[in-house]
This record gives sequence, structure tokens and C-alpha cells, in this order.
Amino acid sequence: MKSKTIVIGTGSTLAMLMAAGAQASDGYDAPASWPSPMAEHSQASVLVDRLEYASPDKGEDALVWDFQAWYGGDINRVYLKGEGENVQGDNEDAEFESLDLLYSRLIADFWELQGGIGYQGGIASNDHPERYFGVINLQGLAPYRVETDLSLRVSDEGDVSASLESEYDLRITQRTFLQPRLEVSAAADEVPEFGVGEGLNSVRTGLRLRYEVTRKLAPYVGGYWVKSYGDTADLARASGGATEDTGVVAGVRMWF
Amino acid sequence: MAAAKSTSLPLSRRQLLKTGAALGLGTAALGLRPAWANPWGQAAGYPQGVETGPDLALAIRRDTLPIAGKTARPISINGTSPGPLIRLKEGQDAVLRVTNLLEEPTSIHWHGMILPPGMDGVPGLSFAGIAPGETFTYRFPVRQSGTYWYHSHSGLQEQLGHAGPLVIDAAEREPFRYDREHVLLLTDWTFEDPASVFRNLKLGEGYYNFQERTVADFFADVEQHGFADTAAQRAMWARMRMSSRDIADVTGSTYTYLLNGHAPSDNWTALFKPGETLRLRIINGSAMSYFDMRIPGLKMTVVAADGQPVQPVPVDEFRIGVAETYDVLVTPKDDGAYPLFAESMDRSGFALGTLAPRLGMTAAVPARRRIADRGMEAMGAHGDMNMSGMDHSKIAGMDHSGMQGMDHAEVPGMDGMASPQAGTMLPVGVAQPGSRYDQAGIGLDPTERRVLVYRDLKAFAPWPDRRPPGRELELHLTGNMERYMWSFDGKKFSEVTGPIHFEKDERLRLILVNDTMMEHPIHLHGMWMELENGAGDLIPRKHTLNVKPGERVSALITADAEGSWAFHCHLLYHMDAGMFRVVKVA
Repeated sequence: MKSKTIVIGTGSTLAMLMAAGAQASDGYDAPASWPSPMAEHSQASVLVDRLEYASPDKGEDALVWDFQAWYGGDINRVYLKGEGENVQGDNEDAEFESLDLLYSRLIADFWELQGGIGYQGGIASNDHPERYFGVINLQGLAPYRVETDLSLRVSDEGDVSASLESEYDLRITQRTFLQPRLEVSAAADEVPEFGVGEGLNSVRTGLRLRYEVTRKLAPYVGGYWVKSYGDTADLARASGGATEDTGVVAGVRMWF
Repeated sequence: MAAAKSTSLPLSRRQLLKTGAALGLGTAALGLRPAWANPWGQAAGYPQGVETGPDLALAIRRDTLPIAGKTARPISINGTSPGPLIRLKEGQDAVLRVTNLLEEPTSIHWHGMILPPGMDGVPGLSFAGIAPGETFTYRFPVRQSGTYWYHSHSGLQEQLGHAGPLVIDAAEREPFRYDREHVLLLTDWTFEDPASVFRNLKLGEGYYNFQERTVADFFADVEQHGFADTAAQRAMWARMRMSSRDIADVTGSTYTYLLNGHAPSDNWTALFKPGETLRLRIINGSAMSYFDMRIPGLKMTVVAADGQPVQPVPVDEFRIGVAETYDVLVTPKDDGAYPLFAESMDRSGFALGTLAPRLGMTAAVPARRRIADRGMEAMGAHGDMNMSGMDHSKIAGMDHSGMQGMDHAEVPGMDGMASPQAGTMLPVGVAQPGSRYDQAGIGLDPTERRVLVYRDLKAFAPWPDRRPPGRELELHLTGNMERYMWSFDGKKFSEVTGPIHFEKDERLRLILVNDTMMEHPIHLHGMWMELENGAGDLIPRKHTLNVKPGERVSALITADAEGSWAFHCHLLYHMDAGMFRVVKVA
């Protein structure tokens, strides 16, 4: 059932991309065998925004990743986005907090509207509970150059949640950037299995100092502060976890 | 003009013979390529680098050649990159046989030439392109004279050095005299694959810009202008998600700027004898780079623009947009060396050669200027018009932020200005409101030295068609810099259906409004554009018009060339990203 949804979603996305590749050709004198005077290009890209080792004050160290890959033209694209972590020493497999396959369309100069399906759960094992989502994202560059990703999710059980991620690059030198980062998550329904409470779930802020060895490869160091609120905090306390934490990270940002 | 009589040799030939003895001396030193760029200028003694018409053959292949001391794989034409100087004579019937020895299709477009549509060399419009292994023969009557150039119109080949100078000797004496001439072809070379450059521009905004404003600049500005102004200005740019330092998309961080195929360190030298008057034929054959050209210590007299003679303008410096050509006369009196200094518009590098009486001499290289910040004119506000009374150093308060799809009413100079009423037109040759032909452009200070501006260009003689325009056609230059999408009227080439229609033999006015914050050199194939710069009957004829950010430029066109013609921004990656249209004259 679920895999069928994926197949249909992917298929329709690809169909939309193909339709977008048509060339302007009517009205010229050119025979059909001639090439188009200007070719339209599609691109593919992978951005690993964060690949980092995080060492919290409380709790276990973790390897954390946050990537997005896409293929398409200027207007229509297919995205694969994933965020997750592998907590060290918990004897559990790595977990995708989200793994989304999305169709994306440029709806304004700086904004893409994205929709598709998402997955949360373990990668290869049954170490983590699983669920699927319908996902709608608004991703883009807000005024003042704030990278923004606003996400609304409805799970296969009908649970609704939302999250906001934003980043800003402060240019210290031509290659050094200080990047404040903010993540806020909220939910309309309580899902204890995933540690999700009703209302504001958590706020996470971070600060990273990155050096661009090349534009495509930039190691960084940084730190973060995270706090859970309300029911979510209660759930955390019940499972013996901390409701507030700080940590340091070291990692690399890259794209190709 | 059509029939050529060859009884009188062109002036330049005679000079050539006169200097023949001197030419022999330089031979040993001339292991340099391309040979037309040899230090004694036009030289029958070294014809291997000059392909002289009317009948000539060109072979295009990928070669291993050194550039800036490193091994490079440029596209060569008859073994050189950039290609040989092609020399034709007005009145000839040119026969140019071009053989493609590449593994992909190629083409040559004869930039600025008025010729039959099938000979224009644009794949998909003029012909199918030249397939690998195939020879295509271009045949056209040469009906003009002056300095032009040629380049590939296939994909991104131009970035690989597939370009060269094209000089047409006049059938009749030109309105200026000189003793010797040199061709100066400016190009930008990158060791990166042009497809990667394009991809980097698409995916990484400001990828090549290492001159952005930093925190340190902020504090320096605070010290100079105070916190409030600095913060307000920064906030304005940030709110619009743009950069005031966005002067060039591709910069010296990847480019080596070349003069006649030579990096600055090569010290390519153009020779002269003190007291001679030299004609420098300067061609911007680069893919993406505007240059500011000067020869410190020498006054230059501009005598031709885009191949066409203009009334002489003495200047110290001029900006040459991509694909433009200027001919200047200089008369060095001293027995000393002068730098031929072409600084890129964003100041990230320069092309350099030496003008000297002997080989081996060097001149002091001028200090590079600092990158300029774009001001509010880039935002669509026109400083001289409705904004007078506003402090130009403070951009704060400017709110013309909608760059794409900008409303006509917000076009610079249109509001609060005696703009033409609907249905009426300005008289022929009068500058449009919103034009800035009297301004040199970003980063040039007219108080520092005399800089050429478009208003200075006056045709040497009026052109025959003096009809007023029968209609006006307005096109906006548009873009989305975050995605590196470039377009006319908000539509990339792939998004439009059908061409722009010109009626055969109609006289029309083409108005270009630049809604973006970048300069665009707009090039129309097959026909001249008469730049309405206020020079009345003497408005100059050009093949490429530089349109500054926020500027409104108008040109008169006689649509006498039946067929389909390319019309595009000559910044290679802008064109490839969609800033391209087809003009169909029928």
C-alpha cells in the first residue's frame, strides 16, 4: 500500500518534468531537423548542508546529517531530502527523522512549493518505529537572505505536525561565514511513540562557523541549544531524557 | 558600395609595404601565437596568422596549447586560439570554407556582418550547424568595412577560445589616417569546463564573487557614514536578497584575462616607432567580461564604434561591453613603453600588454581600482530624474524592489518626467527618458579622467534611411539572479512561442528597458541598430548595445533583412540561460 503510493508519486512527478521540457519552435523558418537555437538544460545537485559529529552535554554523541538532492530545470524539480542521526553507543541503527520525495515548483522568484511523501524510521532495521507522511513544503530565500524551509506534515495516522528551519549566512570574510540556525517544531496531535506532544514541541538554535575551502567544500565547527516544551517535554522526562541541552558540533557542508 | 574596384590599395596595405623592412627584425621573437597578434601589427611578412579573403579555409579542432603557462585544451581555428585574423575587403564576395574537426557540431557567426540569413552561422536559425567532419561554405558579399569579430554560436564553445578578429578593409579611404595598426582582442579564459561554470552559476549564487561586502566593510562604513545609514543601506540590499557587489557573474577568481591570447605575464608587445599614429582595433571577444581600457600616458581618439566610423572623441578610458568593438588612434611620441591595460569591470583582474618601440620593454602596470558598489540606479531608480533632492550616497528609502515583472510605470525616469504620451513618439534621434547615455557606468569616475560615454558617439555621416519609426516595440530585460534565469519580458527562450515579428522594410523603434541590476550587451543579428543617444541625424549605428541596470535604451532599425535572426544578450551564460529571442523579418 505504502510502496504503491511512492510509485504513483514518483511517476506523476517525472511526467510533469517531461512536460516542462518542450521547446519553443513554432513560427521559425527552421526545418524540424535543425536543433533548437538554444538548448534548455536540466541540472542535478546534491547539497549536504550538515554532516556533523554532535557531542551534547547530556545524552550520547551522534552523527547527524541533513541533505537535499534534486534534479530538474528552473521551474520544476524532483527533490529527495533527508535528515537524521545515528546516536553512538545506543546499539541502535541510524534513523531518518525525515526522508522526503517531493515535486517542487518555483512559484515566485525566491520560493518553491514542494509536495510529496515522507518517511520516518530506521534505515535497515526495526530499531525505530516507522511512519509515512504527506508533506507540503515552502522552501526559499526570505527577505534579508534568510534560508527558510517551512514544512507541514500529515502522517498515515492523520497526525498533523509542522516545522520551520531557517539559516542565515553572515559573511565574516570572503570565505568565512557565521551561520545562525533555528529549528522550531510543533504538532496538532500527540504521538507518544515518536516523543511528539501537542503544541510547541521544541526549539533548537545553533551557531556554526564555516570556512569555504572551495565554494563546494566547507568544514565548520559550532554549537547548539535545544529545549523541548509542554507535552513533548513531559514525554522526554518520562523516558528519562533531558528537556534542555547544549552541545558542540564539528562537520562539513558540501555540494556537488 | 557593392562593386569593388581594386585599383587603389587600401591605405593599410601601403603602410605595410613601407614598414616591410622593419618587419623582418621581429621574426625570431615571434614564436608567439596567434601570428596575427605579432608585435609589428598587420604584416604581410607573417601571413600564416592572417587569413586573407576573399577565399579562405578554416579548420576548427580541439588543441593542446599553453595558456598563461599552463596546458590548456582550447578550441583552435587553423591551429591558434583565439583564431586567426580574418581580413576581407569591402566589395569582395567572401567564400569562407569552415571544416569541423571537433567531435561535436560547431558554427561560426560573423559578428556585426550584414549578410544573407543562411550565412549568419546560428545553428537552428541560419542552418543546421556544421556536423563533425563536415565543411560548410559561407558565401556572402562584403558590403561594409571596419573592425568586427567572429565566434562560435554553438553551445558554450565561445568560452573555449572559439573566436577571432575580423577586419574589413574599406573600399574607399576612411575618414582618418594612421601609420600602423594593431588588433587587440580581449578574451576571458577559464581552465574550468564551461558547462561547470554554467552549473556553478546556476547552483551557487555569487559562486565566483570573492569581493562581497563583509563584516569588516560594515564597520568601515559605519565609521564613515554612521550606523543608521550603513544599516539602512545594508538592510535594503538584504531585504531584496541582492548584493551591491554583484558586478560580474564570472570573475578573475576563475578567469585569466587575455590580450590576443596572452596572459598579462606574457607581456605581449605591440610595437611602434615614436611619432607614429597607431590605429588600435579593440575587440571585446570575451564570454562574460566587460573591460575598462586605457593606456596611461596616452590620449586615445575613438574613431569607430562597432566597425562604423564616428566623429573623433579624445578620451583617456573607455568601457567596452562584451561583443563591442572600438577603433582608437594613439600617437606615442616618447621612446618609452606604455601599458595596454584592460581592467575587468568588477576589478577582479585585467588583460595586459605593452605598447613599446622595442620588444622586451615593460611599462608600469596601473594599480587596480577597488570594486564599486551598485547604487540605486541598479534598483530601477534614476538618480538624475525624479530623485533629485535625494542624497545619492544614501540608498535607504529606495523601494523599487520588484525587479522582475516590474511595472512599466516604475521604469526609471518614466514617472514624474515628461514621458511620451500613449500613441505619440519622440522625434527621431532624441534620447529616451530613462536613458543614461551621459554616464560612463559603474566604477568609472569621470572626474578622474575623460571616459567615453554613449552620448559621445556621433556617426561620421548620417545613414541613408531617415524615415521616422512607424512603430515602437518595447522589450524588458529581466532575470532571476537566485536561479540564474535570464529572459526578455520575464520569459526565457524556452518559454516563448514564436519569434518577434518585424515587417519587411519597416522602420521601427526598439526600446530596451533593463529591469535587472546587471549590464546586458544586447546584440541583434542581420541588421543595424541606430542608437538614439540624442545625436539627431548623426545617431551612431551599432550591432551591440550596452544597457546599464535600470536604463532605458532605444534604437531605430530598418528591417530590410528578410529571414530569422538571433537577438540576445551577449553575455554567454545569460544567453544560454534563456536571454535569447528570434526576430523574424517577413
